[in-house]
Amino acid sequence: MKATAKRALDAASGHGATYADARAVAMRNRSLTTKNGRLGHASESESLGIGVRVIADGAWGFAASADLSRASVEAAAARAVEIAKASARVKRENVRLAPEPAAVAEWTTPYKIDPFSTSVEENLDLLLKVDAEMRAVGGVTLSETGMNFQREESWFLSSEGADIHQTKYSTGAGYTAYAFAGAEIQKRSYPNSFGGQWQNRGYELIEEMKLLENARRVAEETVALHHAEQCPEGTATIILDGSQLGLQIHESIGHPIELDRVLGMEANFAGTSFLTLEKLGRLRYGSELVNVVADARQEHGPGLGTFAYDDEGVAAQSTPIITNGRFTGYLSSRETAHTIGATRSGGTLRAEGWNRLPMIRMTNVSILPGEKPLSLEQLIAATDDGIYMETNKSWSIDDKRYNFQFGCEIAWEIKHGKRVRMLKNPSYSGITTEFWNSMDAICSREEWTLWGTPNCGKGQPQQVVGTGHGASPARFRNVRVGSAYKGS
Amino acid sequence: MLTQEQAADIFDRIRRFSSADEVEAIFNGSRFALTRFANNAIHQNVEEENSVVSIRTNFGGRTARSTANQFDDESLRRAVAASESLARVQEPDPDLLPMPTASEADVCEPSEKAAGGGARSTRAFTARFFEETATITPSDRAEVVGHIVSVADRHHLTTAGIYSTSESREGIFNSGGLARWHQQTLAEISITMLAADSSGWQKLNSPDVRNLDARRLAETAAQKAVESAHPREIAPGKYTVILEPAAVLDIVGFMFWDYSGVAILDQRSFLNDRIGTQLFGKNINISDDVAHPLQAGSPFDGEGMRRQRVPLVENGIVRRVVYARATAKKMRNSEYANRVGPIEPTGHGFPLPNEVGEMPMNIVFASPEAVSEKPQTVEEMIASTERGVLVTRLWYIREVDPYEKIVTGMTRDGTFLVENGKVQCGLRNFRFNESLISMLSKVEAMSVPVRACGEESFDMVVPAMKVGEFNFTEATKF
Ligand SMILES: [Zn+2]
Repeated sequence: MKATAKRALDAASGHGATYADARAVAMRNRSLTTKNGRLGHASESESLGIGVRVIADGAWGFAASADLSRASVEAAAARAVEIAKASARVKRENVRLAPEPAAVAEWTTPYKIDPFSTSVEENLDLLLKVDAEMRAVGGVTLSETGMNFQREESWFLSSEGADIHQTKYSTGAGYTAYAFAGAEIQKRSYPNSFGGQWQNRGYELIEEMKLLENARRVAEETVALHHAEQCPEGTATIILDGSQLGLQIHESIGHPIELDRVLGMEANFAGTSFLTLEKLGRLRYGSELVNVVADARQEHGPGLGTFAYDDEGVAAQSTPIITNGRFTGYLSSRETAHTIGATRSGGTLRAEGWNRLPMIRMTNVSILPGEKPLSLEQLIAATDDGIYMETNKSWSIDDKRYNFQFGCEIAWEIKHGKRVRMLKNPSYSGITTEFWNSMDAICSREEWTLWGTPNCGKGQPQQVVGTGHGASPARFRNVRVGSAYKGS
Repeated sequence: MLTQEQAADIFDRIRRFSSADEVEAIFNGSRFALTRFANNAIHQNVEEENSVVSIRTNFGGRTARSTANQFDDESLRRAVAASESLARVQEPDPDLLPMPTASEADVCEPSEKAAGGGARSTRAFTARFFEETATITPSDRAEVVGHIVSVADRHHLTTAGIYSTSESREGIFNSGGLARWHQQTLAEISITMLAADSSGWQKLNSPDVRNLDARRLAETAAQKAVESAHPREIAPGKYTVILEPAAVLDIVGFMFWDYSGVAILDQRSFLNDRIGTQLFGKNINISDDVAHPLQAGSPFDGEGMRRQRVPLVENGIVRRVVYARATAKKMRNSEYANRVGPIEPTGHGFPLPNEVGEMPMNIVFASPEAVSEKPQTVEEMIASTERGVLVTRLWYIREVDPYEKIVTGMTRDGTFLVENGKVQCGLRNFRFNESLISMLSKVEAMSVPVRACGEESFDMVVPAMKVGEFNFTEATKF
C-alpha cells in the first residue's frame, strides 16, 4: 500500500505539484439491527481506495480512485494536479501550510477484544435479548436495537516525507423503545439516542454498557411518559444529563470553533460562526466553571475523535477552547493556522474515507468535570426548584450557532432537592453565550463520560464523521423551557 | 465507469461463488466532481470515482448483505462469504419473499389496470443521462465559478458555494433472472452571497447542465443579500409566511418517511389512524411519480420492482401509503388492512434486509389548478399580503413531535418583512415550531410547482406557498 501511495506522490510532483499527500484507506464495517424481536438488517462492508491531495499553482486539487492499479493511481494524481490548476484560475492568494515535522509512525487504537473477532451469533443474541426485555413491558409498541463496528486502516504519505500507518477501531450500540397510544408517540433510548454510545474501542465497550440490565427500566419509562405531565413553558433552572450536555457542547461550542466556518469556507452549507477572530482571548463564553478542551490524544480517552495523527499528518494535540469561561482556542489546520497567528496546526483535519478531502473536524471537544466532588444525586439534592432532562430527542441551531433549541426524551421536576414527578416532551432553548454563562454547577469526574456522536455532517460533498464529547451533568439557571410546544 | 456488461459479468462470478438458494447484487457506480468556492475563490476542488457491489444471499428465509468495491475474484469471494455467514446464523424470516422475477417486477400501475390492464405502460420516462453534463471538465467548472465571483464582485459581496457534476450508474440483478440498469447525470449549483449583516441564497440541480443558469442564480442570490441588509428585529409570533419552493421542500420532506406501510405497522407514523381523514386543506394534492419530467432517479426500487405512480394525498385526504412487496403482504394480513386504503406493492422498497421498509422519494405536488385555484407567483403572493414574512430557505429542521408532526428550524439567507403588498426590509432570522398537519391546512395560495432542492430533504417538485399563522417562537441575533 505504501508503494502505491508513493507512486501517487511521484506522479503528482511529475505533473507539477509543489505539495502532495496520498491516503490509502481500507475500511471494514459490520452493522446489525433488530426490530420487534427479529433481525432488522445484517451487513458487512469493505471499501478500499486512495485519495491524492495536491497543491499546484498555489491552489488545491483532490482526486480519488478505488482502482489501485498503477495506471489508475497515476491517473488520479495527474487529475488532482489538473484540478488544482483549474482552482488556480479563481484564486485570491496562494495556499500556505503551517510547518509540521514529517512523522514516521505506526499506531493502533488500544483495544481488548477485536470486535470483528466476535461472532455474529453472539452479537445478535445480545441484541435479541435486549429486544425481548423491552417488549416484555406492556404498552411498548416498537423495539429497536443496533450494534456497529468499524475498522479503518490508513497509510498516509506526503511529499514532505511523512509516512504514517494507523488503524482505528470504533464500536457502538444502543436501543430504543417506542409506545404509541391515543394521539401520542413516546420513546426512550439507552445509553443514548441516535444509535447509543460509541467509542474508539473494541468489543469490551459493549460488555461494559450494561445493555440488558437497563432495557426493562427504559421500556417502563417509555410507557410511563404517556401518563406524565407536559413540560411547562417558561423560565426554569435545568439540569442536563451528560449525554445531552455532550450534544449541547457539540452544537454550541464544537461547531462554532471550527476555523473553516469562522473564515467563511462553509458559508454555503453548514454556515459560518458567531466566533469571529477578534473574540479569541476576549469573549466571556461561559461562567468561571466552564472549561472546555479539544483533545485528540489517547490520554483524554477512547473517543471517536481520538487518534495519533490527523489526516494531514499532524500529531494529536490538546487545545484549550474555553478556560475559566474565557474563549481561548479554535480548531485549526495547516492551511488555516496562520489566520489566528499560530505557527502550527491544531491537528484536526479528518476525512470520512479515502474518497474525501480531509477538513477541520471536532476531535474530542469535552467539558472538564467539576473539581469539587459532586454527584448527580447531590446536585439534584442541592436544587430547590428545577427540571432534570435526560437523553436528546431533537436538536436545532442557527447557521452562526447562536440560537438553539433542544428536546429531550424525558424529564423530572425537582422540588426541594427531590425528583417529584415525571415530565414529558421537555425542551429548552437559548442563545449560546447566555446559556453557557448561566452554568452554575457541574458534577465531578465520577459522573464524567466520553460520549460519541457518530453522525456529524459537514462539507460538500457531505462527510459524516464521529466526534467525542466528554461531559458530566451540569446545572443552568434562568433557561427558557417548553418553547418547542409553544403555540401549538 | 462500470458498464452494464461488466456488472453482468461480476454478477455471474458472484453466482458461481455462492451456494445460497438465491443471490442478488445491487451496483452503484459514480464519477463525481465538485468545485467549491468561498471568499470569492475556489478553495476545495475534488473528484472521485468508485463502484460498489452489494450482495444479498438468501438461505430459506435467512438473508443478509455484504458490500465491496473491489471486483477481483478474491474480493468477491470474501464478500459472498461475508453475506452467507451473516445470513446462515439467523432465524428464518417468515415474511421474506422469494426474489422477484423480471415479470413480477414489471407490474402495471393502478391507472393502467383501471384502463383495462394488460398492456405495459408506455408512459415516457425522459432521458436522465446527458453527455453535456458527463463531459464537464474542472476547467469548465472554474469558468462558471469565475462568472459567479464576478457577480459578487460587482455587488461588493462575498460569495461561497458549489458547482458539481456527476454521472452515476445503478443496477440490480438477481438469480431469478431480473436485470435492471439505470444511468443518470446530475449538475448542481448552490450559491450564497454574503454582505456585512445579510445574505442571500439560490440552489438548483438538473440532469441536464443546460438547465442551470449560474449567472441568473448568482444575481438572484446577490439581490436577496443586498435587499435584506441591516435586518430589523420583529417580535416572534404567528405570521402569514410566503415560503419559496426550497423552503417548502425542506420542511414538508420531514413527513414522507411516514407514508410507508412499515411505518404504519410499526405504529411510528403520524398517519396511524388518520388515513382517509381530512388531514390537510382541500387544496393539497401530492403524488409520488418517478417518471414526472421534472423528477430524477432510477425507475426501480431496492428489489428491482418498477416504481409506480402513487397518489398519496387527494384534496387534503391521505388516501394511501407506499409498499415494498413483503410489506404489502404483511399489511393485508394485519388488523389495519381495511383502514389504510389500497394495499399493493408500489415499487418503493429499500434494499433488503432493512427495518424501515419503503418510502416515497419522488414527491410531486399538484398544481393548484387541480382544485381549480389559479396559481400565483411569489410576487402576486407578496402583493396580496398585508403583513407577513417572505422566507428564502429554512435550516436545521428537526422533528419535535412525531405524531403532531411538529418540526423546528430556522430561517436563513434572506428573510423579509412584507407590508401592504410590498417587501419592506430584511428581518433577523426566526426559529419556528410548526406542525406540518397544521401548516398544510392553512395554505392560502400556491405557485406552479417547480423542481426544487434544499439541504434538509430530498429534491421534489413543489410550489411556493403562502401559509397563514405560521408559528415563529423565537428570533436569533442576526
Ligand atoms: Zn455536527
